[in-house]
Amino acid sequence: MKLKPPSPSDVGDRIRETEVWKSIFRPGSIFRKGYKDTSRDRALATMNNVLYHLHPVKVKRHGLKLTYTFCLGGLSFFLFILLTITGIFLMFFYRPMADLGGAQAYTDMQSISTSVFFGDLVRNLHRWGAHLMVFSVSLHMARVFYTGSYKPPREFNWVVGVILLFLTLGLSFTGYLLPWDQLAIWAVTVGTSLAAYSPFIAKQANFLLLGGVVVGPNTLLRWYVLHVLALPFVLVIFLAVHFWRIRKDGGISGPL
Amino acid sequence: MTWEETPKDLEAYQAALDALAAAGVDSRIAEGRARSKAVRTWREANPEEAAKLEKAPKAPAAAAAGGNGGESAPAAVPVAAAVGAAPVMATAAAVTTPVREAPLPTGNVPTPKKGVDDKHRLLALVPPEGIQRVEREQGDRVNVWPHLLIEEFVAMFILLAALVIFSTFINAPLRELANPNLTPNPSKAPWYFLGLQELLRYFHPMIAGIVIPTFILVGLAAVPYVDRNPSIKPGDRKIAITLMTILFMFGATLTIIGSFFRGPGYNWIWPWAQGVFFEL
Repeated sequence: MKLKPPSPSDVGDRIRETEVWKSIFRPGSIFRKGYKDTSRDRALATMNNVLYHLHPVKVKRHGLKLTYTFCLGGLSFFLFILLTITGIFLMFFYRPMADLGGAQAYTDMQSISTSVFFGDLVRNLHRWGAHLMVFSVSLHMARVFYTGSYKPPREFNWVVGVILLFLTLGLSFTGYLLPWDQLAIWAVTVGTSLAAYSPFIAKQANFLLLGGVVVGPNTLLRWYVLHVLALPFVLVIFLAVHFWRIRKDGGISGPL
Repeated sequence: MTWEETPKDLEAYQAALDALAAAGVDSRIAEGRARSKAVRTWREANPEEAAKLEKAPKAPAAAAAGGNGGESAPAAVPVAAAVGAAPVMATAAAVTTPVREAPLPTGNVPTPKKGVDDKHRLLALVPPEGIQRVEREQGDRVNVWPHLLIEEFVAMFILLAALVIFSTFINAPLRELANPNLTPNPSKAPWYFLGLQELLRYFHPMIAGIVIPTFILVGLAAVPYVDRNPSIKPGDRKIAITLMTILFMFGATLTIIGSFFRGPGYNWIWPWAQGVFFEL
């Protein structure tokens, strides 16, 4: 009897029958053996996946129309993920120090551009992605307004969205200081000079923001912590509420 | 014990039946409630005899299943069909299995006795308010996998590709080291604050920097509570759309002016003549 070598699909099938494989991919996963393009398996594919289960199993058909959402909310979220990943990469090579002995922050920026593998590309992605995120979040808000999607029962989710816009601006602005070049320090000086005009708490607000009376090393450290930890932490909480409320408020709004 | 044998207060029965019928309750439900009322009234009037009945030996199972309708809970909807009216349902076996899967009866179906009134066999008690009503419209829905997820993946990859290509060729700016003693001319805020910086030219800093931004943010958050028009049709929301479009245009115009039409000393310039003083 001649033994035939197993075909690639046989090997694939046998791997997908192992207990290990089945323990990783839950029933309904398209990677599991026996996935059928049936209504049931399509539903399970969404429900039994940690990433996709943010979604309901079914959505209104008109929600697929590109000109209804323009994917703006989803793309804003994707940009947030991209900025988190590129930001973590940049954190390995960056120290938020700007003491008189030498501005480590600035020299680290230079070495990211010159000597870190893919450093320049990742930094560019982070910077352009950040600008794009401010833009896409604003457009998302406009879209939600023009489709009337803030009307009951979605009023509170609109408020959460305004908070998220505010946090996005905050994240972008705190990140703007970190390169510690002329552009950064003076843009932040102009932007924060307005805090000195807040009623009653002008001095306190200014000191709280800057960690001093002018933009200096303390400001850099303060804004760095805000940028990489505090604001993302708050933003993720509001994002969770935002997504959760979309589901609870009945999914996508409309049709118009 | 059948309904006929059960001791009861017939006056209470008739009174309850009339009252329920007048209230527009379904006749079968009314009958059930009235029977229960009649039995309870009798028991309250004759507690000793009722206690004796409780201790009396139970009737055989068949009788218990069919005959205690009168003593049972109020608001009873007889789920099983009448013995006489639907002979198919009469055997206990046919009823306990789900109706759709029950095999067709194969003969020996007992025919109702002539001259005997139809009896309702009570097999389950379901108060009408216990039935959950599903009011959501099913509508025209599609599976998220694959229809929506494919769209999201395509959008995501297009954006990622565009961003990677852009970032490969265009470098983020990095000017010379920060110098607190050397103010660049002009110094501008990041682009999303240039609208506010532009406002500074016209208003006191407190108005431009504190009052207006606060007003815009709070105003935006308050939009759904101010605009109580329930319609989402653009034709019904002309005022809201006009106002918001004016606000958006106002912000965009100020931002564009601040970005491209302001040069050294933050004075007015024409970008095609004096150049662009704008950095991202």
